[in-house]
Amino acid sequence: MSTLVHLLWLPLAAAVLPFLVPASIRLDPIGFGRVASGFVLAMALVQVAAFDYGEPSRMQQPMDVPWIPAIGVRFHLGVDGISLPLVVLTALLTFLCFLYLGRQEVRNARLMTALLFALELGMIGTFLALDLVLFFVFFEIVLIPMYAVIAIWGGEGRRRAAHKFILYTLLGSAALLAGLMLLGVGAGTFDMVALAESQGMRIARGAQIAAFAFIGLGLAVKTPMWPLHTWLPDAHTEAPTVGSVLLAGVLLKMGTYGLVRIAVPALPEGARFWAPLLGCLAVVGIVYGALACLAQTDLKRLIAYSSIGHMGFVLLGIATLSATGLNAALFGNIAHGLITGLLFFLAGSIKERYGTGDLAGIGGGMLARAPRLASVLAFASVASLGLPGLAGFWGEMLALVGSYRPGAGLPREAFVTYMAVAAVGAVLTAAYLLRLLGRITHGRSGTGVVVADVRPAEWASWAPLIVLVVLIGLWPGLLLALTDGPVRALIGAGS
Amino acid sequence: MNVIQEIDYAAVAPVLIVALAAVGVLLAGAFELGARWLGWLTALALSAGLAAVFALVPGEVRRTFCVPETLRGDGPESCSYVVDQFTLLFQGIVLAAAVVVVLMSLAELESADVPAGEYYFLLLCAVTGVLALVAARDLVLLFTALETLSLPVFALVALKRYDGRATEAAVKLFLVSVVSAAVLLFGISLVYGTTGAMHFDRISAASVEGALEPVLAAGIVMVVAGFAFKVAAVPFHFWAPDVYQGAPVPVAAFLSVVSKAGGFAGVALVVALAFPSHDHVWGPLLAVLAAVTMTVGNVMALRQTQAVRLLAWSSVAQSGYMLAPLAVGAEHIGQGIGATAGYLAFYAVMNLGAFAVVHGAARASEENLLVDYRGLARRNPLSGILLAFFLICLAGLPPGVMGLVAKVLVFKAVVTGPVLWLAAVMAVNVVIGLYYYLVWAARLFAPGTGPMLPSGLPYRLALGVTGAGAVLLSAAPQVLLQAVFPTG
Repeated sequence: MSTLVHLLWLPLAAAVLPFLVPASIRLDPIGFGRVASGFVLAMALVQVAAFDYGEPSRMQQPMDVPWIPAIGVRFHLGVDGISLPLVVLTALLTFLCFLYLGRQEVRNARLMTALLFALELGMIGTFLALDLVLFFVFFEIVLIPMYAVIAIWGGEGRRRAAHKFILYTLLGSAALLAGLMLLGVGAGTFDMVALAESQGMRIARGAQIAAFAFIGLGLAVKTPMWPLHTWLPDAHTEAPTVGSVLLAGVLLKMGTYGLVRIAVPALPEGARFWAPLLGCLAVVGIVYGALACLAQTDLKRLIAYSSIGHMGFVLLGIATLSATGLNAALFGNIAHGLITGLLFFLAGSIKERYGTGDLAGIGGGMLARAPRLASVLAFASVASLGLPGLAGFWGEMLALVGSYRPGAGLPREAFVTYMAVAAVGAVLTAAYLLRLLGRITHGRSGTGVVVADVRPAEWASWAPLIVLVVLIGLWPGLLLALTDGPVRALIGAGS
Repeated sequence: MNVIQEIDYAAVAPVLIVALAAVGVLLAGAFELGARWLGWLTALALSAGLAAVFALVPGEVRRTFCVPETLRGDGPESCSYVVDQFTLLFQGIVLAAAVVVVLMSLAELESADVPAGEYYFLLLCAVTGVLALVAARDLVLLFTALETLSLPVFALVALKRYDGRATEAAVKLFLVSVVSAAVLLFGISLVYGTTGAMHFDRISAASVEGALEPVLAAGIVMVVAGFAFKVAAVPFHFWAPDVYQGAPVPVAAFLSVVSKAGGFAGVALVVALAFPSHDHVWGPLLAVLAAVTMTVGNVMALRQTQAVRLLAWSSVAQSGYMLAPLAVGAEHIGQGIGATAGYLAFYAVMNLGAFAVVHGAARASEENLLVDYRGLARRNPLSGILLAFFLICLAGLPPGVMGLVAKVLVFKAVVTGPVLWLAAVMAVNVVIGLYYYLVWAARLFAPGTGPMLPSGLPYRLALGVTGAGAVLLSAAPQVLLQAVFPTG
């Protein structure tokens, strides 16, 4: 029995348990959530400790038992250098969400706890699953809890936002399922390791192109790729803080992870066919996201649009189909998860203090009124704009380098053009984030409201993110050493 | 010459138990035994039948009512009644589903003005018909069993006396059913006329003159069409929504699961055993039927505002999914039948579960509109959450793994055959289905007021059995699938 199972049954039990406790025992659901998610995080850190760093491309702690033999589906789990950081990120962000909820009054806290754990189960399962059907099951488990989190604890327009979220992702799911079936039945196996090893040898080019289109469409909705992104700003704006953090921090990564783990290695011909288009849409997303940010007046909406731009860099990295690009994508995933998670925590705290997320309503001069809060915001913003030395820099820089030298068989001129346009997008990103800082941290204090500075619960949930952003910013090799081996194995290039 | 047949009573035990129980319940009803007692007796008899089925599982394939050796000539053994894996699987599904229908009926008969003795008698008769149908291996027994299934159902639908809608539904059902029976009979006569045989093994072995081929083909089309009515396949589906809505809800549940199981067994038997060499006739026919059925069912379900009508249209659509694997042609029909049977078994659990909650709601409010379901999960948390789960299963979306596995089964079977386009049609339909099931499921959690659901032991049992089944099968679908694909 592999130790990975603990990462699944712990959240599952924690999701169910609050409802089984008899009414006579007064349970503080959030406190319980803190402890239980702490255990999950501890189990994830055990995986970090037990990981054999000599062989990051080998599936470690494998578990492979028949689940539904009648259709050839196996309960196949494993962790390698690609999934390990994402698993830790998920466990960490969930734990930090419970810390953040610490002293707050949460309506219907029991249900909130259960839903957050259901989310955690689905997210971790997605990153561990090595069977197409199992992957799909975990991928979809996330959907309903996220819908509920937005629809129950969201802002004023929550119903519309939740509906939009579920409609888009459902359409994506159907496409994803069709694509996975085409791939699995065509190759004769649902096993993701075997599929990656065979490098699409057993599937005809036409079928590969069709399967990649379906799978790519399904995952692109989740990522989200321009022009399938329109659910994201609404969902982020309306979702409660913890919902936004998990949505931006982990959920979006499930899409890009699926592309790297399944679509690119198992369908190389399909990937080569679609890569130029994927790269083009990624670049459009980068520029579009940045321009849209310049026009936003709401803090959460601005961060949401910035996510579209950052995920554009991740998609561009994937589209290059080169080892550098894929490493960039995986690095960008983690960096964006940490930075945007932090930004959404900050946005939640600011909105709570000022009673509004509107930039004009918040006014300027936060540095004077709540210096620590403003400093953390400034730190997160410059990390997000890709200041060298912080985490955000490496993913985007490597994506640009990757598109300067795209994988074999791709039109280099097109990718060099993408690189140039994406670089302009990066400049625009700096522009809107500096504008943001100029409007709310600096300048004269707009309103006379007294604003509380950072509270201990907030420090507790933000400090790990700040430390990690600096750590992997200064020492990117830490992450790249993990992802480089598996990436080279997946695209079939020698190391 | 010895023409007396030896009957293997063990083989026919499930049918016998249910048939005898039918007579017993009718008599007990005549002596004014309470409705509640009759219901529990019926459930007990069906459980006994189920036990008999399980007792038969480990044994050899049993055949009875065979052509005696002296009359056989050099032809095959030609047994009319065969108990094999297929028979036992379908009998098991039917009996288990019938138990749930009886549990729902127990609640229904408490309030409605329906004679209990007759009700359970008719129900058991219909079950007898299905049990015999799935074991039938010749056209005469097949037809007789099908009519034994159909006739009691007209009466069951009309049993709510002085209810105009129920009477109208019964008349509609009767008319469509009679027409389809006539079509089926005419088809059988054409098949007999061209092949000179009634037993499946003889029909498949018969050599038909070239000039008579078109006649046989017409016969096959008519036989398949006759069964298409039973499974409510388009264009023989028009009765379904009106009848489901007019009939008592337990009877609608019976129609959508038990009676439908009979129809699918019938189609599978005739195409796989009697006409394997004519798959160029029935293959495309079933493929078109399946595609049209799922599409029409889903599109119509989108516009429904009433719960039972929505379930009726959705069950038409589900019929389409179950027909699809049978269209793969003779070469892969074994896998196709496995997929259909597996889907049917999963469908029985989730659909009966949905019907159980809808029945509760129907007793609370006559209209049973979808808007009345707003906030159900707050008023009756268990019913609401379970209904949401059943709907998610029907949609085939995780965490309703059961429904997803059912769809994967069908999809895998379809792509092995020559009807790849059907897989594409199915994919589009799954998306449409997702929408209306999830809109309903979301409604359960929306704020709103509506009637409280009644409770009671039978209701809680029906819900408990289907709910536990759905959760178990979603965690470990293999429990059921190993009965469908014993070797795989």
